[in-house]
Amino acid sequence: MESRRQIGERVRRTEDARLLTGRALFVDDVRLDGMLHVAFLRSQHAHARLTGMDATAARARPGVVAVYTAADLGDYWRPGPLLVPPPPIAGLVFNACTQVPLAKEKLRHVGEPIAMVVAESRYLAEDALDDIVVEAEPLPAVVDLEAALAKGAPRVHEHLPSNVAAHAVQRKGDYARAKQRAHTVIKRRFRYDRGASAAIENRAVAAQWDPRAEELTVWDTTQAPIPIRNGLAQLLGLLESQVRVVAPFVGGGFGPKIMMYYPEEVLVPWAAMKLGRPVKWTEDRQENFFATTQERGQIHDAEITLDQSGKILGVRDVFLHDTGAYDPYGLTVPINSQCTLLGPYEIPNYESEFTAVFTNKTIVTPVRGAGRQHGVFVIERLLDFAAKELGIDRAEIRRRNLLRRDQFPFNNEILFQDSAPLTYDSGDYEPALDQALELIDYHRFVREEQPRLRAAGRHVGIGIVCYVEGTGIGPYEGARVTVEPGGRVRLATGVGTQGQGHFTAFAQIVAEVLGVDVADVHVITGDTREFHWGTGTFASRGAVVAGSACQAAALRVREKILELASQELEASKADLVLAGGSVHVRGDPSAGITLGALAVKANPLRGAVRPGTEPGLEATAYFGPDRGSTASGVHAMLVEVR
Amino acid sequence: MKPARFDYFAPGTVDEALALLAEHGDQAKPLAGGQSLIPAMNFRLARPQVLVDLNQVAALSYIRANGSGLAIGAMTRQRAVERSDLVARAAPLLAEAMPSIAHPQIRNRGTVGGSLAHADPSAELPAVALALETRFRAKSATGERWIPAGEFFKGMLETALEPGELLVEIAIPPLPARSGTAFLEMARRHGDYALVGVAAVVTLEANGRCQAARVALLSVGDGPVLASEAATVLAGQAPSAELARAAGERAASRDVDPPSDIHASAAYRRRLVAVLTRRALERAFERAEKGSGEQGAVPSG
Ligand SMILES: Cc1cc2nc3c(=O)[nH]c(=O)nc-3n(C[C@H](O)[C@H](O)[C@H](O)COP(=O)(O)OP(=O)(O)OC[C@H]3O[C@@H](n4cnc5c(N)ncnc54)[C@H](O)[C@@H]3O)c2cc1C
Repeated sequence: MESRRQIGERVRRTEDARLLTGRALFVDDVRLDGMLHVAFLRSQHAHARLTGMDATAARARPGVVAVYTAADLGDYWRPGPLLVPPPPIAGLVFNACTQVPLAKEKLRHVGEPIAMVVAESRYLAEDALDDIVVEAEPLPAVVDLEAALAKGAPRVHEHLPSNVAAHAVQRKGDYARAKQRAHTVIKRRFRYDRGASAAIENRAVAAQWDPRAEELTVWDTTQAPIPIRNGLAQLLGLLESQVRVVAPFVGGGFGPKIMMYYPEEVLVPWAAMKLGRPVKWTEDRQENFFATTQERGQIHDAEITLDQSGKILGVRDVFLHDTGAYDPYGLTVPINSQCTLLGPYEIPNYESEFTAVFTNKTIVTPVRGAGRQHGVFVIERLLDFAAKELGIDRAEIRRRNLLRRDQFPFNNEILFQDSAPLTYDSGDYEPALDQALELIDYHRFVREEQPRLRAAGRHVGIGIVCYVEGTGIGPYEGARVTVEPGGRVRLATGVGTQGQGHFTAFAQIVAEVLGVDVADVHVITGDTREFHWGTGTFASRGAVVAGSACQAAALRVREKILELASQELEASKADLVLAGGSVHVRGDPSAGITLGALAVKANPLRGAVRPGTEPGLEATAYFGPDRGSTASGVHAMLVEVR
Repeated sequence: MKPARFDYFAPGTVDEALALLAEHGDQAKPLAGGQSLIPAMNFRLARPQVLVDLNQVAALSYIRANGSGLAIGAMTRQRAVERSDLVARAAPLLAEAMPSIAHPQIRNRGTVGGSLAHADPSAELPAVALALETRFRAKSATGERWIPAGEFFKGMLETALEPGELLVEIAIPPLPARSGTAFLEMARRHGDYALVGVAAVVTLEANGRCQAARVALLSVGDGPVLASEAATVLAGQAPSAELARAAGERAASRDVDPPSDIHASAAYRRRLVAVLTRRALERAFERAEKGSGEQGAVPSG
């Protein structure tokens, strides 16, 4: 009898008791003796020259401990890091302009921080914001993508010749030749609106410097505590081991909380060290709308060429991408739009050119899909138009162009966000399309129901969308699994949780390998003191990458368990069974030994051990995929417009 | 988003509240459900130096039927009105409008008096109150007065209430026999403030013709707007789809001068006035014709 199947089973989520009874720690729950509170003075202008500032009155207000402007930061004032260097694309133009901790000479978007007030309470800190005198000369703002590129447009970054943040062309095949053979050419313009992600929990940062331990602890609503720890250590001149970043329970990430080194994220720990008191800032909803990164905002001029049967010969797309006032995330979003436009279809000839544009708006970074939806939207709309023009059913035209199951792995040749050509590892797209059509009873709806509804004056439309989603990208994650003497299992991993269910999912993996109950696997995520190798929670990579590391670590522990148990039970490893939290010889469940007892034996306090013995039932393992894995899906819906 | 400093009092009776308001004059503001006042304070758009919290004044929370109609205490929660059988029977228009106010969480705290005293031009209750010829009972440390709906709303977030004066009760008179009402609005999402809303009251003569109509519109001006031109189209006419359409068109062209904002253009609002007024009137006429005189509980929707 082998360990019970646990992965993928329906189990009660192990984190919910804490969440539902209010015992889960969120950053704003961190309350420490002597804690100070921060409010930021933010730009009211989309674009302005900052000509003067006077914080004297704010500093004099009772309860205010410090007010910092850019000038007060000294050497600590420096632009944030370029988080994702651009991929190696021939002829690429890329102008890196990353965000600054506090605005110095120019205000580039509404909500950009100008000054930081630290006070005994958030109320007092906000009172003091009113005391700060800011002299700003408003400048004409660039908000429209096309106007931003017009000659003589105001420039967001004046050291650059224009508002072009980047320009990139990627191609495969020969689009021009494909067009010559085309039966039908359809050209359309698509606008994709900007949006904010608005997680339920806003951002928050709390920090405490312990002068005796010489250790900085930072609680941060980040999706990537380990990179934040490493970056803060470098910025603050500390050893990485002197900085502990804890991303406790986080109420939604969706991308904007990845690894930004937001101004607030670098200033709060700095202030805690400087003032020798714990400092906390919690973003309010109003700040969230201006100061947390956003996404979308593209204009596509796209063209599709097809033969008479509806087979796609090629696609050409020229698009503008709004990157906001700064571009710390490099080209991740537009590259994803460019790459994943191809979706599940065979598109032999493709030419895609984009221009990323600086505007006087909140910074754009990946949010939920990180650019993919924009590309999906464009190709799917093109296919709808093509279906109409060629008189082919909209589901059928998709079916005719889907990659076939014998074409995998399929190299789509266009660089993806991990700077490598996106290769679809596996897939079989047609059954999903069939299932979606069946679920909405597509054929009957189109044949019978829609005409009937239309005759009755109702406007009920249909939408079908197929897509491929790149997930599980590298570089790597790790995990440490330990069997405690009490028999429970500890699992530590670096990827924090923002509501995905990591505590349960990772526990299921380890429980299955070790033959214990899911409830007996105690999971710790997102605390760099517990685990400090890894990158973070993004790109649908938690289960694939960190989950694989959990499994690898559990397998090593399993091996140690079997090794020790075979000595204790005087049986060959092949005859041992792990189940119910103990090991026994196959066929004799009564003569077993518990994992806890083995853990005690694995850590002797007296006597000698064999040379080379590692104590404890513990192992650490890492997993790094050579490329991401590709998921796919179909959405089908009926929508009534009233 | 933290309020500026203020002093806080929580009186237990109306008289204590009135004394506090008299003492602090226009520095003070009553706090009801806080669903409009607290956000305004958090944005520091409102900076009252003194808050007189009415939430301990139990005597201001009631729904009663009496000889002159329905009486509702100012501190009655919107949710209580929404769930009241008495309101559903005696003032179905009010009952029908309640679910359109924000979301259940907000109605659990928000009060009838708070919404009316706040006088947001996009709020449902002021338009309903105007359509139903509601009377407002105001009290101060020195006395009491009744204010008719037509005089209560003075403009954008402005009412006839003076500093030191509390709204303590509203009185909704009964409708005559053969009356029907309807409430309709269009919001971008349910629970948002409406782009346009309509509260309609019609009364039929024994011969089935329209004797009187009161149509009040919201989100089209700086307060609730009584569509008096539309009412003249209806007076004395036999209800029909054509009549409802004509009244809607008249309301749109003559009764309102709606604003443009990021949510809707003036032209779109005008169009909504025409369409929603027509639909509300059709529904109200239908209900008046069905009703046996006294207003029964009318299913909404
Ligand atoms: C997200 C959201 C959505 C909303 N959507 C809607 C909507 O769709 N429709 C709608 O109508 N409303 C909406 N509201 C407002 C809500 O209905 C409020 O409850 C209402 O406007 C005010 O009632 P209140 O009891 O909360 O009053 P408060 O906020 O406490 O007070 C409002 C004002 O009235 C004054 N006041 C209160 N009581 C009295 C009194 N008895 N005498 C004199 N003055 C008094 C206060 O001093 C203050 O100036 C929304 C609110 C929110 C937060």
